[in-house]
Amino acid sequence: AAGGAYWVDSQQKRYVPVKGDHVIGIVTAKAGDVFKLDVGGSEQASLSYLAFEGATKRNRPNVQVGDLIYGQFLVANKDMEPEMVCIDSSGRSSGMGIIGQDGFLFKVSLGLIRKLLAPKCEIIQELSQLYPFELVLGMNGRIWVKAKTVQQTLIIVNILEACEYMTAEQRKQALAKFSGN
Amino acid sequence: FMQRGLDSQTKKLLEEEEKKIISEEHWYLDLPDLKEKESFIIEERSFMPCEDLLYGRMSFKGFNPEIEKLMIQMNSRCKEEEIEVDDKMEADVSDEEMARRYETLVGTIGKKFLRKRDQGVLQDEDEDGNSNTRPSKKAKKKFLKPQD
Repeated sequence: AAGGAYWVDSQQKRYVPVKGDHVIGIVTAKAGDVFKLDVGGSEQASLSYLAFEGATKRNRPNVQVGDLIYGQFLVANKDMEPEMVCIDSSGRSSGMGIIGQDGFLFKVSLGLIRKLLAPKCEIIQELSQLYPFELVLGMNGRIWVKAKTVQQTLIIVNILEACEYMTAEQRKQALAKFSGN
Repeated sequence: FMQRGLDSQTKKLLEEEEKKIISEEHWYLDLPDLKEKESFIIEERSFMPCEDLLYGRMSFKGFNPEIEKLMIQMNSRCKEEEIEVDDKMEADVSDEEMARRYETLVGTIGKKFLRKRDQGVLQDEDEDGNSNTRPSKKAKKKFLKPQD
């Protein structure tokens, strides 16, 4: 519970890297020991190959250009290039790392991400009743979804994108249509 | 900067100049200390603590069991109060039984740390029937001079 914290909430689409935030990055380049990731900020973030759980100089993680990575910012200020890691302070990956094959990545506004990550989010609860799927939300406005079929995946994507502008009732109507499938 | 063949005098002059420059810097450094006041405002750039956001990786209906385990782990860090309440509810062993066992436990563990001589004393207390043999054994333990 935040005691005495004040914050300004505004609608934003452009992400600014913040230390400790978990984001989805796309690998754009591999430069020796370091990967360059696009996180939707003004600069690309760097990610060292040793910043994965159980990675050593001999045991390198299998990261290719175009892969999706879920990680957190180690360094993120306006003076330096942002750095990411896929490992937490105790050395465990705790869900971070390369996001698997298949699935669909799309972009939404930052406000929607915060709404979806709120402790009791109705959208997520309602969607979870539909069918099994996996979801990764990056604070940089990127969402990755994977379900059993392409059709199911696209349905979830469309609902999440439209949630920005739908009211709760419209959303329930839309979901009721699909729960029959 | 370091020139060979510098006279000792010129060296001293140079050192003194350096010291002057450094001491001036010292003066400069002192001033900011006086001006700094403790501010009670902490700036936090992330939204995570503000709205108590959940962990970003989620899985539903058993699509990815590892992530579902992770979800429980991550989100339980936020809700520690509920876990405490649960502990109070469940008690496999009642309080009375715990007290009884603990009483005897203290005795048995206490015996373990007694020295050998004291252990003999303890046994005396337990077995008064055999006390006749004990004093004679203790008498034997005294040093006996070897007879010529």
